[in-house]
Amino acid sequence: MDSPLAAHSVTLHVNGREHKLQLEARVSLLDALREHIGLTGTKKGCNQGACGACTVLVNGERINSCFALAVQYDGMKITTIEGLADANGLHPLQQAFVKHDGFQCGYCTPGQICSAAAMIEEFRGGAPSAVTELEAKDIEFSDLEIQERMSGNLCRCGAYVGINEAIRDAFEVLSR
Amino acid sequence: MNNFVYIRAENSQRALNALWETNNAKFLGGGTNLVDLMRERIEQPDAVIDITRLPMNQITELPDGGLRVGALVRNSHLAAHPLIRDRYRVLSQAILMGASAQLRNMATTGGNLMQRTRCYYFYDSAARCNKRTPGSGCDAIDGFNRIHAILGASSQCVATHPSDMCVAMAALDAVVRVTGKNGERSIPITEFHRLPSDTPSQDTNLNPDELITAVDLPNFPDARKSLYRKVRDRASYAFALVSVAAVLDVKGGRIQNARLALGGVAHRPWRATAAEQFLLHRPAEEKTFREAAELELQAAKPLAHNGFKVELAKRTIVDVLMELAGKAEVQ
Amino acid sequence: MSIFSKVTQAVVQFVPDRDRDQLSEEHRIVGKPIDRLDGPQKVTGAASFTADFPLEALVYASLAFSTVAKGKIRKIDASEAEKSSGVLSVITHKNAPKMKDPPLFSPSSGTDAAASTANVVNTDEIYWNGQAIAVVIADTLDGAEHAASLIKIEYDEEPAALSFEAAKSQAETPKNIMGEDTEVERGDTEKVLAQAKYKVDHVYSTPRFNHNAIELHATTAAWNGDQLTVYDTSQFVRGVADSLAKMFSLKKENVRVLAPFVGGGFGGKGSMWGHVQLCVLAAKVVGKPVKLVLTREGVFRTVGGRTPSEQRVALAADETGKLTALIHTGTTASSFANDFAEQFSFPARHLYATESLYLTQKLVRLNTTPNTFMRAPGESIGTFALESAMDELAYELGIDPVELRLRNDPDQDPAKHTEFSSRHFKEAYRLGAEKFGWQNRPAQPRSMRDGKWLVGQGVGTAFYPAYRFPAAARVRLNADGTAVIQSSAQEMGMGTATVQTQHAAERLGLPLEKIRFEYGDTNLPQAPVAGGSNQTVSIALAVQQACEKLHRELLKSAKQDQNSPLSGSHFDEVRACDGGLFRRDKPETGETYVEILSRLKQDFVEAESETGPPLETMKYSMGSYGAQFCEIRVNEQTGETRVSRWVGSFDTGRILNPKTAVSQFRGGIIMGIGMALTEETFFDERTGRIVNPSLAEYHLPVNADIPKIEAYFLDIPDPHTPLGAHGIGEIGITGCAAAVANAIYHATGKRIRELPITLDKLL
Repeated sequence: MDSPLAAHSVTLHVNGREHKLQLEARVSLLDALREHIGLTGTKKGCNQGACGACTVLVNGERINSCFALAVQYDGMKITTIEGLADANGLHPLQQAFVKHDGFQCGYCTPGQICSAAAMIEEFRGGAPSAVTELEAKDIEFSDLEIQERMSGNLCRCGAYVGINEAIRDAFEVLSR
Repeated sequence: MNNFVYIRAENSQRALNALWETNNAKFLGGGTNLVDLMRERIEQPDAVIDITRLPMNQITELPDGGLRVGALVRNSHLAAHPLIRDRYRVLSQAILMGASAQLRNMATTGGNLMQRTRCYYFYDSAARCNKRTPGSGCDAIDGFNRIHAILGASSQCVATHPSDMCVAMAALDAVVRVTGKNGERSIPITEFHRLPSDTPSQDTNLNPDELITAVDLPNFPDARKSLYRKVRDRASYAFALVSVAAVLDVKGGRIQNARLALGGVAHRPWRATAAEQFLLHRPAEEKTFREAAELELQAAKPLAHNGFKVELAKRTIVDVLMELAGKAEVQ
Repeated sequence: MSIFSKVTQAVVQFVPDRDRDQLSEEHRIVGKPIDRLDGPQKVTGAASFTADFPLEALVYASLAFSTVAKGKIRKIDASEAEKSSGVLSVITHKNAPKMKDPPLFSPSSGTDAAASTANVVNTDEIYWNGQAIAVVIADTLDGAEHAASLIKIEYDEEPAALSFEAAKSQAETPKNIMGEDTEVERGDTEKVLAQAKYKVDHVYSTPRFNHNAIELHATTAAWNGDQLTVYDTSQFVRGVADSLAKMFSLKKENVRVLAPFVGGGFGGKGSMWGHVQLCVLAAKVVGKPVKLVLTREGVFRTVGGRTPSEQRVALAADETGKLTALIHTGTTASSFANDFAEQFSFPARHLYATESLYLTQKLVRLNTTPNTFMRAPGESIGTFALESAMDELAYELGIDPVELRLRNDPDQDPAKHTEFSSRHFKEAYRLGAEKFGWQNRPAQPRSMRDGKWLVGQGVGTAFYPAYRFPAAARVRLNADGTAVIQSSAQEMGMGTATVQTQHAAERLGLPLEKIRFEYGDTNLPQAPVAGGSNQTVSIALAVQQACEKLHRELLKSAKQDQNSPLSGSHFDEVRACDGGLFRRDKPETGETYVEILSRLKQDFVEAESETGPPLETMKYSMGSYGAQFCEIRVNEQTGETRVSRWVGSFDTGRILNPKTAVSQFRGGIIMGIGMALTEETFFDERTGRIVNPSLAEYHLPVNADIPKIEAYFLDIPDPHTPLGAHGIGEIGITGCAAAVANAIYHATGKRIRELPITLDKLL
């Protein structure tokens, strides 16, 4: 019999591809992606759930993959920055980040873009934020809303202005 | 992080059995606190029981008009739920002011109840901390204690409870439903978290054999007139220095009902009962609110760096009540 | 200043200037807001940072840190760690192979780059709480990190110097600061001050700050015999390579360090910190490539940040606002394992005309992580004090704070008495004031309000010197008409890769897409540290010279060839354009590079150039200037402060790419806002321990903290720099904290002289 501490069989569906892995339970989803699958686009900035560089999408929702044990996500659909572009080219957010210089060093960028992609879906789904008037029927995609909803992604280079312009731009493209 | 046995539970009975049969086991929800604490070696369980696939992620209406929130309902889903937004806006607001969108997507209702303090010395295994290592001492009392408790602290521990959700729930008189070896029981949220006294290692009154299954929100029409205000060091993504959850019902200029809970000031969400009693039937005006706040904070015992919280708490209480009273006038 | 420096300074005045760079006025590619060329890689996750390289048989290292601030390791028990699953080795001072002492970074040494003299794991000596004391290597990351926590250490603890306040009585005066005289004195400032009618005299303090680039410091090291390859999160690959060569007794050419992408540096990756040599050592011990990524806590424990400071600024003025005395003195801290007095007194050397001047600095030693340069070391904290004092003086005098600065704009450098190479201070102020709408600001504090929020507007001067360091670059023209530019330069997000490509395209007369800029690799010609905002200009001059050399050689070959239309043309008679060299007088006459190389029957031609010391910065006072305008709101009840508007206006020479430049300015300003309002590293003076080594508790500004920052620039070329440009990476942070503090005073009537201005200080 296997030792109870032995590796677990974990299947992760990442960017439409299935990855069968043998992982210790303590391996985070972030490390599984980076060190075991080789998808290094997702970054480790703090491993403390405090910077958002490790943001990935699980079944379309954004999470911090540093606080996720990979084994917990067995069988789930995960999208990373490497999975956003398609055959037609860069995702509108990716294009807009380049156009509006929504980054400098580029390290927090994969997390920012994944976060923004999910944020736009959350917004369209009517999910409120801390700055939303809860009684309001329609939420405006305002600067205040973008800023609050993106505050889980730190950027030390200070590209916030470009990031927000890029998100607004991409939101319009995606809403066409 | 130490390696550990991972057990994925399919139903609550199996989860409980695993807990009872395994030494030093912990339930794992969203992982936003437990994984952090494990990485910091503050928690070192031998086994982790993943309960996130248990069928406890529903919000259902109770016969008496209240709501039952499954322990595994994610924070983001709870905050966005139409019934919560409508009937318990203070709860939606509190949750949305906590952490980040990513963390709220992961964090569960039960896990949020079990959040541990952000005290710097609790997090540093090289420091003395009675909460982490009972009997070792407290480096916070004479250290950096700007974020620490002003109410209900002890000579053993001055840590604060970090949750926003729980502060709103305290104002709403929520009830925590748990199940354990002795069957099911209900714990009023105001009795769920403990004050540190001489056992600061125990955050809650949950027994080691118990699992949180749900939180019941009582039928409380006045909760539509509620507000959460969080004062912190950044505009977003920071723990509260002081927060206030309030419900206020005013008729004819007089207070008919008031509920008040404070965050960031004590080892548990601080239900301001003295202030509430004072407010009842008095005129809904600034003077009343200020006197109520003064009364509640009379017992405050500030440390070297957190004295500002006393005045900040008073002002925030007044501000929140004024806003609610202002809205009442308009209605 | 040494006699040698003084003599050099004197001689340099007679050295003729370099010819003004003709490209200073060229606007074909340089000066265009081109999208970042590495953008597509960065937005798709394809950009590979240090921790992203998948080497064969890679294993993982993790560090254990000391928990006392001073003393000796009495006993170290690694047995449990060694038994832990997957562990390959545990290195402590008991078993570590010997390394030579780390060669301490110093501006004059060339490529010595070690951040501290502590030869960690080769010594049982503890210099600070958090010092690395053991390395665990395991086959998994989790295995290594866990095992590191199992090491048990006992210390013979010694009394440590931990209190800044207590250490002040033993403060020393450094011999010099960044090679300049520590003390500058002109006239009897104290006497002038005592007799002045209008004066201010206050003490300002700034706390410890940490860089907190989001990319964790990381190193991957692989040995192949005595060949060493290292990927490192470095702002100075050449320095890391040469320092490792010294420590491991290797030939310089046997060490290769690569840093193709660096996830932010801000000075924190400008020198070589202990984990770098420990990773290399670990790889040697286990005979496999090793990756060492510091945890965020590890970054706080082992990588130093900005020193705390206490500064006195005293100003005296006559009734017209003309300064009659300027005193700027104070104290910073350094450690027992390095030597760095942060140059807070530098702005006052260059900014204002004054009848009398006194500047000096003191330094204390504490058992702390060695302090280091952090974005605009000196100028950032120095301008907080100086520019707060200027604001205070403006209120004393009843003169508008902008007007006060304009009245004290000097004709020549107030300390060096040299000519300015390019100074448009007044214009920067006027532009910023106009864009901000400063003329509508009521002078009286507490005169603006928006509901519960008190509104205030403040201003502060930005200043940063224009440095240039010697650098080398190679330019290669290929037969297919493409070109490669090479220099070991670093790209941490400043836009180096983009701007140098623009520059080369302009210089060679090629379209952008024909140029490839290679950097971040010590196999390439040597670039200096990316620090002091020098890199753009340093590399540009090397590229300019290499291109000139190449063009001259091509012309020489053309001269010898009767068939060449360029035959007989002199260098000055041609210009590079349209993919080749063409006569200035007859633009249709010339040859493309493809034609030239085809004629020469060569696959490529190349030229390399190494630039000399920056005589121009000795001859002239060279700096960048600016004005930071901001509007803030303070919640009257809670003291919460929000920045609602920001206008930065800069005189930083020619702007090479307005898009990346604006990002640089904004980035600096945001770090300045963090410095002003939210950031502080808590250092427990009882233990010497940093108590908030976490991005949850060290408050970097988040998106919601930042308004739409507007950054403007004059774009006036400096005649004494390549392209007319100045480096712009650091000026953005300067003046910010003062602008915020001044705005808070304007809003609330409360003067806060201690950073960060958290809400408790405003209640």
